[in-house]
Amino acid sequence: MATSSVSKGCFVFKPSAKKKKKTLDLESYFTDGCEDARSSELRFELCQDLWDQIKTETEILQDELNRKVLDSLLEFTKKCSSIRHHSDWTSQMRASEIPTAALILGVNVTDHDMTFQSLSELLQTSVTPHVASVQAKECGALKHLMKKVLERLMDTVVAVGDDDDDEVEEETEQHHRSVHCSLTTLCDWYSKKTKKSSSGTPGKKRSSLVVNEQQEPPVVIVFKDLEAFNPRVLQDFILVCSRYVQRLPLMFIFGIATAPSTIQHMLPHSVSSLLCIELFQSLSCSQHLTTVIEKLILTHSFPFKLNGKVMQVLVGIFLYHDFSVKNFIKGLQLALLEHFYSQPLSVLCCRKEKALLNLKHLRHDDLERVRQLPSFRRFVEKQEIEEQEKLRTDDSHLKNVCQKLMKDLHKYHKCYYPILRCLHTLTSSLPRYPLGKQIRELHLICLEKNVWEAEEYQSAVNLLKMLAKDELISLLQKCAEILQPIRSTQMKSACVQLEELLSKFQQLDAPATDQSTASEENFTSPVKNLPKKTDLFQLQKTLLESRRSRKKSPFEALRNEALDFIDTLVKSHLSPPESQPLYEVCYYSSSAAVRRHLNAAPRTSIQAALSSPYHYLQNESLKSDDGTVSNSAPDICIAYKLHLECGRLINLYDWLEAYSTVISAAEGTDPDSDGFGKVDEVKHARFIRAVAELEFLGFIKSTKQKTDHVARLTWGGC
Amino acid sequence: MTGLLQQPGYDEERLKRVSELLPCREVQAGMLLSLMGQPQQYCYPSVFIYGHRSSGKSHVTNILMEELELPHATVSCVECVSVALLFEQVLLSFFGCDAASLLPRSPSLSDFVRIYRQQSSQFPAEQTRYIIMEKPELLRDADANLLPALLRLQELVEDNVTVILLSEIVWETFRPNTGCFEPLLLHFPDYSKDELKQVLSKNKHPSYSAEFYSSYINILLGVFYSVCRDLRELRHLAALNFSKFCEPVEAGKAKVGDTHKLWKNIEPHLKKAMRTVYLREVSSLQWEQMQQMEEQETGAVRGLSAHTHVELPYYSKFLLIAAYLASYNPARTDKRFFVKHHGKIRKTNFLKKNEKTSNHLLGPKPFPLDRLLAIFYSVVDSRVAPTASIFSQISSLVTLQLLVQISHDDQLDAPKYKCAVTLDFISAISRTVNFDIVKYLYDFL
Repeated sequence: MATSSVSKGCFVFKPSAKKKKKTLDLESYFTDGCEDARSSELRFELCQDLWDQIKTETEILQDELNRKVLDSLLEFTKKCSSIRHHSDWTSQMRASEIPTAALILGVNVTDHDMTFQSLSELLQTSVTPHVASVQAKECGALKHLMKKVLERLMDTVVAVGDDDDDEVEEETEQHHRSVHCSLTTLCDWYSKKTKKSSSGTPGKKRSSLVVNEQQEPPVVIVFKDLEAFNPRVLQDFILVCSRYVQRLPLMFIFGIATAPSTIQHMLPHSVSSLLCIELFQSLSCSQHLTTVIEKLILTHSFPFKLNGKVMQVLVGIFLYHDFSVKNFIKGLQLALLEHFYSQPLSVLCCRKEKALLNLKHLRHDDLERVRQLPSFRRFVEKQEIEEQEKLRTDDSHLKNVCQKLMKDLHKYHKCYYPILRCLHTLTSSLPRYPLGKQIRELHLICLEKNVWEAEEYQSAVNLLKMLAKDELISLLQKCAEILQPIRSTQMKSACVQLEELLSKFQQLDAPATDQSTASEENFTSPVKNLPKKTDLFQLQKTLLESRRSRKKSPFEALRNEALDFIDTLVKSHLSPPESQPLYEVCYYSSSAAVRRHLNAAPRTSIQAALSSPYHYLQNESLKSDDGTVSNSAPDICIAYKLHLECGRLINLYDWLEAYSTVISAAEGTDPDSDGFGKVDEVKHARFIRAVAELEFLGFIKSTKQKTDHVARLTWGGC
Repeated sequence: MTGLLQQPGYDEERLKRVSELLPCREVQAGMLLSLMGQPQQYCYPSVFIYGHRSSGKSHVTNILMEELELPHATVSCVECVSVALLFEQVLLSFFGCDAASLLPRSPSLSDFVRIYRQQSSQFPAEQTRYIIMEKPELLRDADANLLPALLRLQELVEDNVTVILLSEIVWETFRPNTGCFEPLLLHFPDYSKDELKQVLSKNKHPSYSAEFYSSYINILLGVFYSVCRDLRELRHLAALNFSKFCEPVEAGKAKVGDTHKLWKNIEPHLKKAMRTVYLREVSSLQWEQMQQMEEQETGAVRGLSAHTHVELPYYSKFLLIAAYLASYNPARTDKRFFVKHHGKIRKTNFLKKNEKTSNHLLGPKPFPLDRLLAIFYSVVDSRVAPTASIFSQISSLVTLQLLVQISHDDQLDAPKYKCAVTLDFISAISRTVNFDIVKYLYDFL
């Protein structure tokens, strides 16, 4: 921008009003550039609906999971605040301690926000209106910590009491005016506040009943991330607070990510003796993930699915990198969005009735897309020739077939999950977990291949055959309980069969006595007719034969029957989704996209850009097959390539020489002429710029070891 | 005993009450009182009282001030995050809030002195005014002129004012380089065992006789005196365990005078308390609950240090292991541990003189980021892409205080770290990923 000023300086240009960017709403972002714009609105709507569903479900889940620990925490706060009012001897002797809850949350720090959110909401509604939460990064010094605590506490009051807005505002103003904030101010404010509420103004009804019951609700201060706090600051703060604890019913909540022994590391005995610490352990994050997967993924009511690879990527990021359930759900959201954005047929990825309706409205080119689907092509190939021809040409016939296929797909899902659960209950308690400890592992196996062909499945079945009767019965009962509530004809019949088997098992008990003698006889007979003299090999052989020939006891027969029944169930319902026609409609399969978005590798991409610029620039002249950089590549690429050949220290002059040789070759200068490889000013400048850019990217840095050298910060060469 | 505190100018009755409230500190209180002189007399400008924690420094001064109704201001230096707060509190308690509001926004010492003089000329002191400062060691970090000025505040403001400093450390550590006015030093010695017994017996349980309580205190001191002489801590322990002590009496199994039986009953209990509640392994509230529960259930409540298990993501575990190796192995030995065909290098061959001592005794050493990553890539068993989340895991390990960043936060290139976990912790971590860390540690070669 130009100025009329002659002098040199900084000028501020305010953006002019008309230049304001037109903000696009979400929908137009979605429709813009997505494939097949016509159905995009519908897809966007479906996507939004599903996402809202995910969001509410996870929120409910989070609340449920946290309920237990939060409830005990609430009870603790209530107990602490009630104890203060006791006047018996022991509690008087202990009155100077500040009650403290150490809340152990696990290392997934990103998930903690939600927990603290619901915690402070709960506290505010049921225990006390005075809750302040502080984070380490905003409290570098005691002064800041104090200020934040005071501000938050007094601000929460503004939000609670609408009736005396003016006064409170005046107070806060006063507070802001006075620079020095001390707990004395807070004490005065608190006593004023409690006096007011005890006098019982009629407008006070909305600050909940409990507050009225207790004259002095506690003042709760939440330290969200204890580890990150400066120990000095925390110690001083606790010392200061303990001076006021007689006048101000303080309470602390420490959010701890690692182990409670951090408290002992951070606070010396003289300080921790001022606290009365109690531990609260929240649910572990892997359990949390299991429930989330259970609720969102292993259910037929949620039409959007992930295929094995994508699932693997998401679970892998969770287990290997962050332990964060929040990020897992974000990944799910990304997959959802990508699916609806890139797959035009995703209009069918919704509830059954809606999907059938949407199917009716499909246009010709959509149907063409259906015909292109690999799963559908496989399906067509299995049909009769006439039928094949008909499917290829007749749109309305195709629609009818698709209706049936969609119904089948829904039916498949309806049966898949209960059977998966059954198989999991049966195998999850086996020694060494052949099919995984968690249901998600079993799910991954099933998504990838026919589970019954897997080696692990065979070993699991063999182990199941060794189960004792009562164990087997209890497992089968659990399976029956899983199948019971499913509303599907196939599952109903399976359930009935299972019940029958179970009742047979029960009947076994009654006539067991006479049966067992018979089997015993059976068992001893082959040993009896052994020849008198025999070698070890013979003995082994006869014993083996005898086992084979032995008549099975009724329990064994029944057990085999039951396991065979389970096996048929598995074989008929747990086939991988790829075997289902039209599965592409519901399954998102681009694991590479998810990985690229969620687990970015900035260094790899920078190195890719520098070593093969064609990859990004798409300029034909840069193309090279053997991984070398052509002479006409950007300066920085050439400098990068040359620096790879050097050791830890790079001589700048040698580098420049090499660079100028390469550049001269690119300019087409005759190698034999005088000017070849000569460094002129332009080349020098270009070289310096390239070196500066490499330094900016973090590949080299200047070093004090040798004056005309730079140090490499990466290792490895070409 | 009560006759000890005598000073003309004060009410006899009050002095008597004061000496009742200050058992075993009559000598110190009498000394302080005679230093203070009569109320209207000028006192020595500054008095420095020192002694261990809970040796009655604040208690004696506060009781004297309050019972004798002397004008005073008590300031805790921890709380005074800025000098303004200190000045404000002093002015507030001497002259009321009008004077305090006269202070400018960020007052200097001379502002304070000016306002003080102005106010004291309006309200001249009839009695000596006392400024009592707790934890004055923090004043050393404040402005260099603050402590010397406070020590001779009497001269500066030309008023009858005395500053009393209550410190746990000796005066020698306070003296600034430039020298300053020397305050009068007054030492408060620790309570002896008998004195402790006397003081502790003071707050007896209302429903039991004084003899009964003092016999309890006797037993308590017998157990705890060897580990703890802190009056406050002992008082806390006494309160917590008293109900257990009374149990047989309340149940009618023992009489109040049956000391031996009571001792047998309480002794193992106190021993247990020494291991748990004294170390704040369990809170006092939990301790009370444990007392109510039956013996076999008490195992359910575990102390703070019992929970040391930390769940970490897979790669974070390896990053931590790599950091530990980088911290405790000399950098020269990396080749021996992580290069496949390193040839046999004997430990003795490349020992330097200073490396003969165990690295674990010396503590963790700083290492640069690229060394951490190099070790990480060689210990982790699969190929790992250098993704952004690997790097973010390093910084989250820093926030969890498992790693410590040595260089300043602002330094972006080649940051240095230290590993801050113990050998036990890291062996537990490496066991979960089937990594034998001891094989890779130079100290255990």
